[in-house]
Formats: sequence, structure tokens, C-alpha cells
Amino acid sequence: MNKKANNNIEIRWHGRGGQGAKTAALLLADVAFKTGKYVQGFPEYGPERMGAPITAFNRISDGEIRVHSHIYRPDYVVVVDDSLLESVDVTAGLKKDGAIIVNTTMDASEVAEKLGGFEGNIVTIDAKKISMEALGKNYPNSPMLATAVAVSNVMDEDVFLDEMLNSYKHKFASKPEVIEGNMNALKMTLEEINRKVKAVA
Amino acid sequence: MRTDISKINLESPYTDLTEGLKVFNGGTSKQFHTGEWRTNTPVFHADKCKQCLLCAPVCPDSSIPVKDGKRGDFLYDYCKGCGICAKACPFDAISMKEGK
Amino acid sequence: MAIRERMSGNEAVSYAIKQINPDVMPAFPITPSTEIPQYVSTYIANGEIDTEFIPVESEHSSMSAAVGASAAGARTLTATSSCGMALMWEELYIAASNRLPIALALVNRTLSGPININCDHTDSMGARDSGWIQIYSENNQEAYDNFVQAYRIAEHPDVRLPIMICQDGFITSHGVENISLLEDDLVKNFVGEYNPEEYLLNAGNPMALGTYSVTNFCMEANKLQEIAMENAKQVILDVAKEFEQISGRKYAFFEEYKLEDADYAMVIINSAAGTAKDAIDVLRESGKKVGLLKIRVFRPFPEDEIAKALAHVKGLAIMDRADSYRGGGGPLGVEVRSALFKNKVMLDSVNFIYGLGGRDFTTGDVADIFETLEDIVERGAKPVDYKYIGLREA
Repeated sequence: MNKKANNNIEIRWHGRGGQGAKTAALLLADVAFKTGKYVQGFPEYGPERMGAPITAFNRISDGEIRVHSHIYRPDYVVVVDDSLLESVDVTAGLKKDGAIIVNTTMDASEVAEKLGGFEGNIVTIDAKKISMEALGKNYPNSPMLATAVAVSNVMDEDVFLDEMLNSYKHKFASKPEVIEGNMNALKMTLEEINRKVKAVA
Repeated sequence: MRTDISKINLESPYTDLTEGLKVFNGGTSKQFHTGEWRTNTPVFHADKCKQCLLCAPVCPDSSIPVKDGKRGDFLYDYCKGCGICAKACPFDAISMKEGK
Repeated sequence: MAIRERMSGNEAVSYAIKQINPDVMPAFPITPSTEIPQYVSTYIANGEIDTEFIPVESEHSSMSAAVGASAAGARTLTATSSCGMALMWEELYIAASNRLPIALALVNRTLSGPININCDHTDSMGARDSGWIQIYSENNQEAYDNFVQAYRIAEHPDVRLPIMICQDGFITSHGVENISLLEDDLVKNFVGEYNPEEYLLNAGNPMALGTYSVTNFCMEANKLQEIAMENAKQVILDVAKEFEQISGRKYAFFEEYKLEDADYAMVIINSAAGTAKDAIDVLRESGKKVGLLKIRVFRPFPEDEIAKALAHVKGLAIMDRADSYRGGGGPLGVEVRSALFKNKVMLDSVNFIYGLGGRDFTTGDVADIFETLEDIVERGAKPVDYKYIGLREA
């Protein structure tokens, strides 16, 4: 899988209610906006219950975004909970040169098998492990966001880290002690993904 | 846009009416003599009246004037002859008669 | 300098409310409009605005309180969706007939049933004859811009009617997109202070409002209300012109997109217009002469202007995100066809029903629709009166 500059990308998020897939999609929109892009971040609301499968979407573009439908031909799919791999058609419409990003302890070949012999690009990340190491708690959002940024190459990684630091400083103004942990989670994720992508290339 | 309601009548064209039929100035019901509708009329018997004033507050049309704590005779301009005052009076000081 | 921001449609409307700082907001929460009173009450709690927020026990009460506050002389608003609007039904008519310039942020959601929280236009289309001005918004930007213009239209002495600013539930209300905001001072100066000539709490100048009207006066009052709605047309255009001067953004009764030379056109409202524009660009690249007319102002209904803009078209798709259940299509279908008939514009048209209960509407749907029109006009296919699109069929 090659990293390429992306001017117009569509990302579909799959998660379960309460896991923060919608929040991650909105965070990605936020940080892409700050780098000068046009963005869209929106959830699909089904039954609003903890644990129910939910979908969220991102469009990121250099030009104005007018379309207001769901995303059927995503460049990237992010799966926040690997138990969805078998119950939801997560790879539906995924572009051939795109990738599916999965939060899991499995490796890519195991994920491919779960997806019924999926032949496209698979990037796995153990967001729980990174989050536990960096924060001591299981908040998969930051690692998943960093993975989406690294894999989609929607913005420069240094710019991403700078913007996230600003954003955390604002968000955690009353508890600055968690900023470092969150930043570490992002950095550890980026390192891990870059190592994996290099290995594949 | 304040309008003189006394100039508005059943023949007024819509252009003379106010938006939302807003009524300007207070107390405009004084211009409307509901006493003309009366078919029964209360009669005040001052000799039986104890000035208990139970009648005045029950009148729907403020037709019983009270001055210095005492009621006077009916103001027939607005009295519709409903008879509530006659029912309220414990001393037979108000009787109803047919007609105006 | 415009402020580059990103926010949801609900936040965009709330931001406009913050900049306007209205006097009174009674509101009751209902998905997907709940965020609007949430944002506004946060602004109030933070001391950013001094709007009086009235938490009420239902939407019947929120609109009743809005009627009272507006009659008392306060610049008033509320927000609602779907069943919430249905519960304020009676008061919608009271607000309009009492000529109270209340603003309503309506986030379009379907009415039950089947019970569903997602977008269609059943709620506002049902209220189309309640006497309110209705302005629709394609995205967060238009929702913001339309709300900034709302009071200037509603409070104009030639109008004095309530106004609802509509946007699509979830699709734009909860979708975060880029937006260009105006500076606070610019908005404040544009909207101005509200100084009604007559109001109930005007000590020394008593008045009565909402009095009983005998038959001899009711119809005359109705006629005056109808004239106000006609007057709104010019005011809407004048306000849009002034708004363009501060924002650089043009607004009219409707937006024409690649319509001038179009053989086939689509009439549509709200967020689906953006999807249609993208599809039209692609179809144009393949040589199809297709275009779009996006209705912004639905009440008053600019029927002659719409007919004129469509007079050259061969085939027309009239898109309704609500069914009238009259056995023949939706409300927009009726009104557009009536406008064409009145103006002696004869063309083939299909009234499509789409997107009910949040059913997604895609660029593929748009291509299919234009294909259907071509089949009828050019290939002799049997004309279709009305049709559901995006429906699962056997």
C-alpha cells in the first residue's frame, strides 16, 4: 500500500453506540478543517442505544462539499469494534486502492479471514493496548483517529500533532495532566502505523 | 396605526380594520351599550337594602355602581338583565320584572 | 472579514440566535432540534446573551408562551421538530392571525408513524397553510444566513407575520460542515433593535389582542393577513439584497442551478439539493442538459416566478419529501403544477416522493430521475403522475 496525497476522500466509520465512532469522525473533521480543508462529519442515527451498531461518515476535500448522502464508495473504512467484522458488511463499496482499518488484537490475515477472504488493504491497530499504555484507560478514540489520519494521509502528521495538542489544551484545560498521555497515544499510533505501512510497502 | 374603534362598524371595509384585529385604547366596551339586549330588568328596592354589597361583585357588566362603600341604582346602559344580582341578594332588595 | 468556522446546522442556527440576542425563548426539547435550546441555554448560562429562557412542559406551551411574549412586545423565538410542531398546531395559527413576528427554528423530521426520528418534510409541509412564512435551507450556511434575515422579514411593518426557518434533521442539523460566519456587530446592526409600535406591556397605551371576532369581521381580518403574506415577497427580496451587501451571499425566492439552458429540471427543497447539484455536474459532463430549481421561500409561494424559470424545460421532476396522501403525490407537486398551469406552461412532469423517514437520497437517484424524464419525453415511455423513489420493490 502506498501513501499518496489525498484531495478528496470519503471515510466510513463503524462502531457501537457509546464507543465514540461518531466523536472520532467529528474530531477528524475538526482537525482536517484546521488544516484548511472543507469537511463533513455526520452520524447515521439508528436506535440510540449503547452497543447498537452505528455508522458515521467523513468527507474531506479541497473544494466545497455539497453532497448530503451517505457514503457508498468509501476510500477508507474504520472499524472501532472487531466484533462488527462478521455482523456488518463493513467492506461494502470500499475502493480497491483504499483500506480497512480495524481496532483489533488480530493480525491482518486473521481479519481478512473474518471478512470472508477479503483481498483489499487491511491495517490493524490495537487501540486498547496503546490506550492502556499511554493513558492507563481504554479510550480507543485517539489511536483510531491517528490511524485514520496516518493511513488516509489526509494531512501532514506534524500538522496533525500540532493541531491535536491545541485541541487537547483547550478540551482538557481543567485537567492538563491527561494531555501528555493523549499525545503519547497519538504518537505511538503513528509510529506503529508507519512501521506497518513500510513493512507492507 | 392606532385607530378610533368608534368609527369601525359592520359596514367598515377590511382596509379600515387593524392587523390581527388589534383593539387600541382601553375601556372600549363602554361604547357598546349591551343594555339594549335586556328583556328582563332588575329593580332596586333601596328600603330593603342593607348595603351588604354582595350584589356588586357578581354583576358581569359592572352595572351596579358603588361609591363611598354604598351601592346606588342600576346603570341600565350595560345591564343585560341576567338576574344574578337578584339571586345574590339575601334581603329581597332586588326584584326582576319582565321587559325593559 | 468573514469568520471561517465548522459547525453543525443546529449550532449554526444557535450561533445566529446568540448574535441576535432575542428577548424570550420558550422551548421544549425534541429530537433533532434539542441541541438548539441546549446551545442557547448554555450561552445564557455563560452570560453571553440575556435572553429569557422559559422551560415549558410541552410544545403547546412553548408556542403559547411565545405568543404571549411576542404580544407583550418581546423579540421571541422557539425551536422544534416533528411531533413538537404538531403539538403547537393550534398556536401556529394564533401566532399568524395575531400578526406576531415570532421566529421558529424548525429542524425537519417526519411525523409518526411509523415512529421515526429522521428527516422528511411532513412536519413543515403540514403547516404550510398556517399563515407562517416558510424559508428552507440547503446546509448549515443557509440555515445561519436565513435565520439572520428572519426577523427583518417578520417584523417589517408591511408583513408582521411569524417565520419558520427550516433545515433537514440530522442531515444538516447534526452534520458538521464548513461555514462562513459574520462578525457579531455586523449581525447586530443588520438585525437591529426590536421596537414594536404597539404591544401589550406598553404602559399608558392599552390595547387588546386576540379578541373574539364575529362573522362580520373574521373574513376582513383573514384578507389583511393574506395581504401581509403577499407583501412578504418584496420584503424578502429587499432583505436578501441588504444581506448580500454584508455577506456577499445572494439569496432570492429560489436558486437556479444550471437551469437556464436545461431541457430537464428538478424542483427540490433543502439538503438533497446539494446532492442533486453534484449529480447534475456529472450528467452535464456527459452532455445531458439538466438543471435544478431549489425552492428557498415556500410561503409565500412564488408561483409566477417559478413558472417563468421553468417555462423552457421539456421534462420536470418535482421532488417531495412528504406525501399528501391525497392519492396523487405530495404538496410541492400540487403547487408547482398549479403554478405552471396558471401560467400556461405545459410540460411533462413527474412528482417524485423521496427520502421519507430519513431514506437516503443519492446522486444515483438523481441520475435515475433524469433518465425517467428522458424516457417519457424522448423515448415515448408512458407518462408517470407520481412515483416513490428509493423504494424497495419486488
